[in-house]
Amino acid sequence: MKSSIAPRRAAAKAAARRGTLSGWAFSVPALVFYAAFVIYPLILGIQYSFYKWNGVGPSEFVGLKNYIRVFTDSTLLGSIGNAFVLIAFFTLIPVTAGLVLATLIRSMRPGPFSSLSQTILFLPQIIPLAAAGIAWSWMYAQTGAINQVLNAIGLGALARPWLGDFQTALPAVGLIGSWVLTGLCTVLFLTGIGKIDQSLYEAVRLDGASWWREFITITIPGLRQEIAVLVTITIIAALSSFDIIYTTTLGGPGRSTLVPGISIYRIGFTQSNVGLASAFGIVLMILVLACVLPIQRLARASSK
Amino acid sequence: MAISRTRARLARGPVALTAIAATALLALSACAPGGNAPVASDVDVSTELTTEDVVLTIADETGFPLTDELAAEFTKQHPNVTFNVTRDTFQNLTAAAPKLLASDTPPDLIRLPTIGDTVQDGLIANLDPWAEAYGWDKWSEAQLAPLRVNEDGVRGSGSLYQLGLGYSVTGIYMNKTHAEALGIDEVPTTIAEFEEDLALAKEAGILPIMAGDLDGVVNFVVQAAMNQYNDPKEMMDWILNVPGATYDTPGNVKGADLVRSWADKGYFPSDINAIDYASFVSRFQGGEGLFTFNGNWAAADTQAKMGENVDFFLVPTAEEGGNHVAMGAANSFSVAAGSKHLNEIVYFLNWIHTDPTARQIVTDVTGAAPGGDPAQEQPTVEPGSLIEKALAMSAVIGAENGQVDFMANATAGIYAGSIIPESQLLVTSQITGQEFVTRVQEFYAQELAG
Repeated sequence: MKSSIAPRRAAAKAAARRGTLSGWAFSVPALVFYAAFVIYPLILGIQYSFYKWNGVGPSEFVGLKNYIRVFTDSTLLGSIGNAFVLIAFFTLIPVTAGLVLATLIRSMRPGPFSSLSQTILFLPQIIPLAAAGIAWSWMYAQTGAINQVLNAIGLGALARPWLGDFQTALPAVGLIGSWVLTGLCTVLFLTGIGKIDQSLYEAVRLDGASWWREFITITIPGLRQEIAVLVTITIIAALSSFDIIYTTTLGGPGRSTLVPGISIYRIGFTQSNVGLASAFGIVLMILVLACVLPIQRLARASSK
Repeated sequence: MAISRTRARLARGPVALTAIAATALLALSACAPGGNAPVASDVDVSTELTTEDVVLTIADETGFPLTDELAAEFTKQHPNVTFNVTRDTFQNLTAAAPKLLASDTPPDLIRLPTIGDTVQDGLIANLDPWAEAYGWDKWSEAQLAPLRVNEDGVRGSGSLYQLGLGYSVTGIYMNKTHAEALGIDEVPTTIAEFEEDLALAKEAGILPIMAGDLDGVVNFVVQAAMNQYNDPKEMMDWILNVPGATYDTPGNVKGADLVRSWADKGYFPSDINAIDYASFVSRFQGGEGLFTFNGNWAAADTQAKMGENVDFFLVPTAEEGGNHVAMGAANSFSVAAGSKHLNEIVYFLNWIHTDPTARQIVTDVTGAAPGGDPAQEQPTVEPGSLIEKALAMSAVIGAENGQVDFMANATAGIYAGSIIPESQLLVTSQITGQEFVTRVQEFYAQELAG
């Protein structure tokens, strides 16, 4: 009896091993690309961050000097601060607005009006950020649409060059991000709401719950996963923003809209200081991970 | 068994990753990044143009059509030589230049506003052998000096690494319609007179100075003001990175304070930090503003848009009868050390400076003198035109030895990293002239130190 089991076990083991092998074989193409375009550049970036190098000529090992500069240079630290302010506009506003809009659209009768509003809300998402930045900078100009509207309704005193004003420039570029990301949030939340068991809604309604009660007890818990995903995506978008700022304010006026993305680009490509740019890039990556990983953990814990 | 397999799989992931990372790190740590500059192609210098078919590549700035027109004319005269001109914005081109030059197929000719490390890294060709072969020693040395780099990497003397396609000069454009309405019948000749005109305009509700600072062009005004209180050589040394040179001079502080006082009095547009170069030029040409600070490159276009209603003159001096100082520079181009057509591209550069048609094109398109041998006949210009005025201004600056480079060209990163953000604060009255000067100097020292 023993003799009959042993070969069967061996065969099963071999089959399992073959399964693992073919599994690896299938993932090889993806792994190769991942290694070549993500892992390898990341390791290079880490290596560069310890050197003083202009990108072309000879390099010099400088240890932690670049990292010390990142944490002591007030301009670089200021740009990180601005990126955190942007989280309010890239994450808080779109996710909140998306939740409300999705609930409203959901409560509408399905028909041309609800699909039209979905399409309109999603439109900004398919426009390249660079193009959105240019269009918005025209609207924000002294003679642009926003000031024209303000003048027309008698609020001309509020009119100002929104992107050229030290107080309003950062919120103004932030709102462009809100405008772009709200559509994405709404559409994702809509599909999420669709997956929530309708009987739950019926149950709370029978208990006489208000719209608000329904929203808090059924919709939000039901959308936990979507909220986690969107908060993650939008925080990354805020901390690594580049294109909107580059096409509107270039970081100005002064340094009021300077973000790490613009700083890294300038240090690396204009000033040809590849080492410092790499160090700042690595710090930014760690910062993004530090913000995003706890959210992932929270979402996983609460879904259990 | 199932459990142990999962465990094995769990363990294998990180182990494999660590192994990959470790191998890669080992492979990388064996060599520091960079260090293999392209070897300059070894060619015999020749002043004869080849008869073979050749395609020359040029990387140039967007918005400056000069190279297109010169290339077309050259191909007309020498059909075997054709051109491939690519363009990018000033910012993008400066950022990409070292990588373009270090590639296996560098552009033969490239617009290179800041030399940076390109000479030390062996990326651009030393033109001395051709200078000797073509006899460029007859050319104006004042124009060639800023295009030289010595063995210590300092500009201003040493071997020739660049040539200019047109030499710019800057000044003030005045809207004559506004001037007449204000009773200004002559261009101001001192800063005091200029300030009187500014006050007149402000009082009459006309914008005194049209300027923009989204992309830093208000620094035409800032540097123009500094120039009037400074020894031009001091500023030039600073721009050329001569060791010991400083930006923190009493003259620079005085000039920056003057600009701050103009900001305090509301002489600039209220949305100045949202206006870019193209906007301020078109707004001035559309009639907004009494004065604007700009260069000869805008002369032909401004004349076309404003006709007779515009004047162009050198920035007035601090004292009556003082020497004029103006920003001006060669629109500098370099030849890639790795170019496969060194003789051909240098022949083209020499042709631009010596061929009468080419020299005429340079003046027509840029409003600038074509440079080269001063004894050669100068291009013809329409009498009374802005270009004629621009050429006369260049001559005055040449005679009074008052040319300084643009401070934005001091280092690769100083314009975007310091001059633009600090000037945005200065022209909105948030920092003093001394703060502006100190901060720019700090950034300069830090960037040069690496």
